[in-house]
Amino acid sequence: MPAINLTSNVKDNLDFIMHVSKESGQPVQHCYQCGKCTAGCPVAFAMDYPPNRIIRMVQLGLKEHVLKSQAIWLCAYCSTCTSRCPRNVNLARVMDCLRGMARREGIQLEGRAKKIALFYDCFLDTVKRNGKLYELGMMLNYNLKTGHFFKDAGTGLAMFTKGKIKLIPTKNENYKDLAQIFERIEEMEEKC
Amino acid sequence: MKYAYFPGCCDHTSAKEYDISTRAVCKNLGIELIDIPDWSCCGSTPGHSTSHLLGVALSARNLALVEEMGLDCTASCAACYQRLALANMEMKNDMKLCEKINCITGKPYHGGVKVKSIVEVVAELGPEQITARVLKPLENLKMAVYYGCLMVRPKEIQVDDPENPQIIDKLMRTVGGEVVDWSYKTECCGGGLAISNEDIVLRLTNKILKEAVDAGVNCIVTACPLCHFNLDMRQKKINKIFGTNYHLPVFYFTQLIGLATGLKPGELSLETHFVDTREVIKLIA
Amino acid sequence: MIRVGVFVCWCGSNIGGIVDVPRVAKEAARFPYVAHSMDYKYTCSEPGQKMIIEAIKKYKLNRVVIASCSPRLHEPTFRKTIARAGLNPYLLEMVNIREQCSWVHAKEPDQATAKAIDLVRMAVAKAIHLKPLYEGSIPVTKKALVIGGGIAGIQAALDIADAGYRVILVEREPTIGGKMVMLDKTFPTLDCSACISTPKMVAVAQHPNIELLTYAEVTGVTGFIGNFSVTVRQKARYVDHSKCTGCGTCWGKCPQKVPSEFDLNMGTRKAIYIPFPQAVPNKPCIDAASCRRITEQKCGVCAKVCPVGAINYEDRDKILQLEVGAIVIATGYDLFDWTTAYGEYGYGKFPDVITGLQFERMVNASGPTGGKIVRPSDGKEPKNVVFIKCVGSRDEAKGKAYCSRVCCLYTAKHAHQVLEKIPGSQAFVFYMDVRAPGKAYEEFYQRTVDEGARYIRGRVSKICRQGDKLLVKGADTLLGTQVEIEADLVVLATAMIPSRNSRQLAQVVGFSTDKDGFFQEAHPKLRPVEAGTAGIFLAGSCQGPKDIPDTVAQGGAAAVKVCALFAKQEIATDPMIAEVNEALCTGCLNCREVCPYKAIKRKTIPDKARGQAAERTVARVNSSLCQGCGCCASSCRSGAINLNGFTDEQIMSAVKASLQHQRLLTNRQ
Repeated sequence: MPAINLTSNVKDNLDFIMHVSKESGQPVQHCYQCGKCTAGCPVAFAMDYPPNRIIRMVQLGLKEHVLKSQAIWLCAYCSTCTSRCPRNVNLARVMDCLRGMARREGIQLEGRAKKIALFYDCFLDTVKRNGKLYELGMMLNYNLKTGHFFKDAGTGLAMFTKGKIKLIPTKNENYKDLAQIFERIEEMEEKC
Repeated sequence: MKYAYFPGCCDHTSAKEYDISTRAVCKNLGIELIDIPDWSCCGSTPGHSTSHLLGVALSARNLALVEEMGLDCTASCAACYQRLALANMEMKNDMKLCEKINCITGKPYHGGVKVKSIVEVVAELGPEQITARVLKPLENLKMAVYYGCLMVRPKEIQVDDPENPQIIDKLMRTVGGEVVDWSYKTECCGGGLAISNEDIVLRLTNKILKEAVDAGVNCIVTACPLCHFNLDMRQKKINKIFGTNYHLPVFYFTQLIGLATGLKPGELSLETHFVDTREVIKLIA
Repeated sequence: MIRVGVFVCWCGSNIGGIVDVPRVAKEAARFPYVAHSMDYKYTCSEPGQKMIIEAIKKYKLNRVVIASCSPRLHEPTFRKTIARAGLNPYLLEMVNIREQCSWVHAKEPDQATAKAIDLVRMAVAKAIHLKPLYEGSIPVTKKALVIGGGIAGIQAALDIADAGYRVILVEREPTIGGKMVMLDKTFPTLDCSACISTPKMVAVAQHPNIELLTYAEVTGVTGFIGNFSVTVRQKARYVDHSKCTGCGTCWGKCPQKVPSEFDLNMGTRKAIYIPFPQAVPNKPCIDAASCRRITEQKCGVCAKVCPVGAINYEDRDKILQLEVGAIVIATGYDLFDWTTAYGEYGYGKFPDVITGLQFERMVNASGPTGGKIVRPSDGKEPKNVVFIKCVGSRDEAKGKAYCSRVCCLYTAKHAHQVLEKIPGSQAFVFYMDVRAPGKAYEEFYQRTVDEGARYIRGRVSKICRQGDKLLVKGADTLLGTQVEIEADLVVLATAMIPSRNSRQLAQVVGFSTDKDGFFQEAHPKLRPVEAGTAGIFLAGSCQGPKDIPDTVAQGGAAAVKVCALFAKQEIATDPMIAEVNEALCTGCLNCREVCPYKAIKRKTIPDKARGQAAERTVARVNSSLCQGCGCCASSCRSGAINLNGFTDEQIMSAVKASLQHQRLLTNRQ
């Protein structure tokens, strides 16, 4: 990362800092960079920025860096960081909030992050249609969109032999309610 | 004891052992589980990762259904438990959010439900009541209890201490098993990253398996379908990639309580595991 | 004829930077009875005080209102000023327009000014009704009690005794010396802790003015400044110290070994014991709970071998009653119990994770390992030692919000000792900040870094067992990556917390503790060694975490305060206390219930009922005990109690002045 001019950066992105604190409900500015979150993060090794750096970048208003990062998507919401944070910052919530912002801002994702976001979409797509997760449908859709048509085919076959895959989706009675929930939220979030 | 039961979307698929054994064990122990009519997905990680509102709404819809039943709610799946419990807490603590969500779901929820993990429900029976039903103590089973993340974190909804949980350890000791003290009880397996970034999950799961083997156990016990799937189904692939030779059956805690209280392996779906369970089960005299 | 003078202070830019001070003075000039009003840059300065004196004389002022800082800071100053001008010092009213106006309304200067004017208006209205008050006097018992025999208490006792006054030093443990004598070397000079503290312990024992009561606890305190009555429980020692010569035969022969508290359970002692060889007094006591003669009527070896017949198994606790004029509290600290809070560090289940104080005992030549640094698990010499700072300190979630002040330096010292004593060793220090603000402290820390200690900026997240080693998982936040260390030994710098039972002592003595349970000083800057209750003084880490130099300095400071009190034959009492109008008092004694200082007593006075002589009950205020808090006045149903300087008439005048002005403004609109 090149040298950052803190005077201009923090001022220009004050809105971003406030917004993250407000939407996540977390006192991001309390973090004193002890690094206990990073120290315990199981996925940190795969991240482009470790969790404490993400918080620091939020503190300094590095909005673009944060929202384009792989790290916010790689966070598995295991909350190890949250449970050990001496300043009571729920980092997992902050990561959730940043993912939501990245989506709303239409950030173009790459690499691991792109695949994670796509998986979430495919998962939710089946929930939206059926009211419940439809594992086979999700997998086929995911493979179609990533272009790896036979990824996990072995897994699928193994699961099939154990009777752990259903060919047709299970739906709840009023599954159409779910599509409505998705639509209402989309409307609401577009407005703000 | 009577609870509205939330089995989660994997109940008939990847986690069917958990659903089957939970129902069988609860019936055997006198815990009545009532299915929630019309229940739908809790949203899981994709829900809250996409939008905070979506995460809460998908769970709140189910809480509203439970409220109509006039019961408290229990979930077997750790992910479902965490989502339902967190949504419940937010709906109760934030009136504004509650109003907004009720408007979204069209099913008003008024905060009248308690959400418990099935682990808590079984543990609340107390050791005496469980011991009284033990027919076949789990002698010779040396187990590493693996709690994962979702039922011990964050602290607002934790079932037990996130650093050294004991609740399942105690249950396992009650039914005669030997439980080891190990450092990976609540380390993350990578959970929901499995499909999109399997390499990460393989690496994390490998560490957990290694620690369990080093602790000298002959099986792992869990209470989370995601953890179970990663530890059980991916064991073969881990062996292939990392050159390891694990053969460690991974049980749901309900399956083991079932065995100890006299249920047959078939009633607990012990034959649908990827890592063969028969050898270890034979150890029980 | 009432003539009020108003003086409005700028306090440099503290007030003047926000509040329009000249305008406040100008407005005040128009208030009723104000004969003179002016502003000044620094009213508390010598020229400022001179100006007040001149104004009093020139304008024949007989009431003074000063609008400036808090009365806590300068009321005594200005009382003396107007006394120099010949006025009764209690004809002064202070208005705090700094804390209450300029500081809190820094972003709204107009409102700050308006509020200052309102407050001055009220003060003038009150001042009109001020009456002269006169101080009383009480005699002083010239003997001090020092509670706690650590280095703070020792220093205070020696200084008071050297000034020629009698001192009673009470210590809970069988020996004095406290925590300091447990330490090995002291930073930053690395001189031996025992070598510099044991001579002071001996000096206490030999001083003709000091009476030493070890193995004793204060259980009750009544009375007031100059006249305290103290109850002390002398615990049974089962050894008659008037006969005992301290020859050591008894503890040599005693068959019962128990963990040594002095060695933090890393070594052992006998059931009859002295805690360490240089203990003062150097005579043993029996720990009744571990003595088989006392618990089971067996053994009795010590009595058999004692050449002077000093053992007495029938000994019982004794209650002593002491009369003293001042009390110095020096009860010190304990360490935060990390084993109940830090599961990620193993909840105490890994034997090779120890505290800094345990390290001190271990590295001490007279300690359980004879000064060798070893792993408690297997006795082997560790090669890689990890130090973790701020365990329980600066951790609101699991411990305390505050910094314990000494850990940065003693950890630097420990790292230095590891590198010095173990060839080829490595010392890793996990830190959040290095706080080294004392004299030669930063240099000491830098020296340790130069010696090769590796400082890693970050907290440790978890310690795992890995074979016979400990895997320490941390992060280097400067690098932004995770780090792992395979450690042989981990030393935790645990937080300093108030000594156990210190809350109970505060209750017994009757003064307050702060949010963390440390004893509350009367003023954080200007009265740091005085407690809120007159005649009680604080020294050392019972008041807050402190290192040895600061502790010793406070011990001396508390001693000076005691000596200043004893230097007077009598002491003046504050006249701003409660007063009972016996004609109105119904004798319900509600006031007695609410008084936090036990200052109200029942009194019987002669009365006439239907022409017959009779008696009735009224409340009486003990002017020495009353602290002028006003609880009684506000609880009195018949309005019989007034607080001098804050009478109902004075307060109501101030309130009326404010309300009348508000009504005027409303009507105008």
